[in-house]
Amino acid sequence: MTSPHAIEIENLNVWYGEKHVLKDISLKIPPNRVTALIGPSGCGKSTLIRCLNRMNDFIRDFRHTGRILFQGEDIYGPKADPIEIRRRIGMVFQRPNPFPKSIYENVVYGLRLIGVRDQETLDTIVEESLKKAALWDQVKDRLDASALSLSGGEQQRLCIARTIAVNPEVVLFDEPCSALDPIATAKVEELIVSLKEEYTVIIVTHNMQQAARISDLTAFLYMGELVEYDQTEKIFTNPSVKLTEDYITGRFG
Amino acid sequence: MRGKALQLNPNVIKRNERVDLIFKWVAILSTILAISVLAALLIDVLSDGAGRLSWKFLTSFPSRRPARAGILSAIVGTFVIMGLTAAVSIPVGVAAAIYLEEYARKNWFTRLVELNIANLASVPSIIYGLLGLGVFVRAMDLERSILSGALTLALLILPIIIISSREALKAVPFSIREASYSLGATRWQTTKNAVLPAAMPGIMTGTILALSRAIGETAPLITIGALTYIAFLPTSPISVDGTFPFIHLSFEWLKDPFTVLPIQIFNWVSRPQKAFLVNAAAAIIVLLAITLLLNAAAVYIRYRFRRTWK
Repeated sequence: MTSPHAIEIENLNVWYGEKHVLKDISLKIPPNRVTALIGPSGCGKSTLIRCLNRMNDFIRDFRHTGRILFQGEDIYGPKADPIEIRRRIGMVFQRPNPFPKSIYENVVYGLRLIGVRDQETLDTIVEESLKKAALWDQVKDRLDASALSLSGGEQQRLCIARTIAVNPEVVLFDEPCSALDPIATAKVEELIVSLKEEYTVIIVTHNMQQAARISDLTAFLYMGELVEYDQTEKIFTNPSVKLTEDYITGRFG
Repeated sequence: MRGKALQLNPNVIKRNERVDLIFKWVAILSTILAISVLAALLIDVLSDGAGRLSWKFLTSFPSRRPARAGILSAIVGTFVIMGLTAAVSIPVGVAAAIYLEEYARKNWFTRLVELNIANLASVPSIIYGLLGLGVFVRAMDLERSILSGALTLALLILPIIIISSREALKAVPFSIREASYSLGATRWQTTKNAVLPAAMPGIMTGTILALSRAIGETAPLITIGALTYIAFLPTSPISVDGTFPFIHLSFEWLKDPFTVLPIQIFNWVSRPQKAFLVNAAAAIIVLLAITLLLNAAAVYIRYRFRRTWK
């Protein structure tokens, strides 16, 4: 039986050492929608999104309770394989982090990991992924050029192409535009919206306008607690919690 | 708010300027001193030895008669020893660096290991010679062979290779590792495909500089008993004859005795005849040229692969 939700978070608590950073979060994320996590700095939104593909495993004193169900299976369960989870739940980071390799090698990185060797398959996927990331036209003649020769916005779109090349089911964005200028930001936002046709998208942003522009659902976090989670339109026009209203109207944060 | 404008004391400003000027001249004089000592050394060696350099000098064996003596066995020995030293120390050193940097948990044990490696890097080379004598020559019964010499030098530069490789690995930003893990890479895949390629220029520069230190080492090789007079070359690793499969690989050369350039030089400068001193100067030019080439390669690699991380 498949769940109607892409990801279900149940009573998630997270500690870094003694610090309790996420408090009893429960959240159901629907497939093929853009879900935004907003909140002031330090509210735990990045921690939350990094739990979803187990990127917190690298933090030594990370501890958690509760469950995160991905297609009915707990991603922190004893049978869960973090390697496979990260392939099925891709991630784009705050700062563009292309490998110091060619554009082509960046896109095929994930494919080479799972042993895809066939040149034709690789070429096809490179073209498809770069087209989906709206980067194909700029780079098709210089796929052998270093990825570091691209501008910041292009690098971020390359990172998106690299992520979708392994055909994940969910794509996580951790403040993907915070290092980009407004024009590059607009392009990446457009791209994120177009991705929801094929993928479930979850995005962390500190930019409320961005959340309003591109997301279908918005979750507002404050001091490690989930304050409100609803349709984006409702959150931004008629929030049911006073704290949410204060935040989105810019009274704090 | 301040009522009065800040009073400037002209004497203080004048004194500051004077100190500034004095320091500038101290710095310039120190630089000139360092460079002129090096230049004097080079000029002295070149004027003594350049005339002795010839193809015949490079391709002759040492001899009792200085005019017929050459450095063929020393050059071959130097290259063979360095090659073997590199082949042993690079894989071990880089693997150790990868373990310490990418795999080991940071606890008291790894800190102890780190501290010891840093100490080993500053142990005098003659101590390594004694170690090599005790372990390789005597205990393992490898005698005064190429293998003993190379293993001793490998031990000597291992700490340097580990330290510089770790620095190179450390300089790879964590975001590169994150990118790799987020695409479903295992730890080893991340190390092999993302971290190592990014750290490679740094590892190579450190390694080459370590090798160029080893190339000039004399003390540890004399300690393990390297010979100063070698009038033959190591056994050829490949031999061709009429029996199947016609081309034969041999590792006999590992057991052959050897000499290297610094030992040949040491031997010649300790002789009374003036002509041998000229030979030594010529050999020094060759040794310096090899070292400078290695260092230039290191500088080139660093320049060629310089990357700007963001």
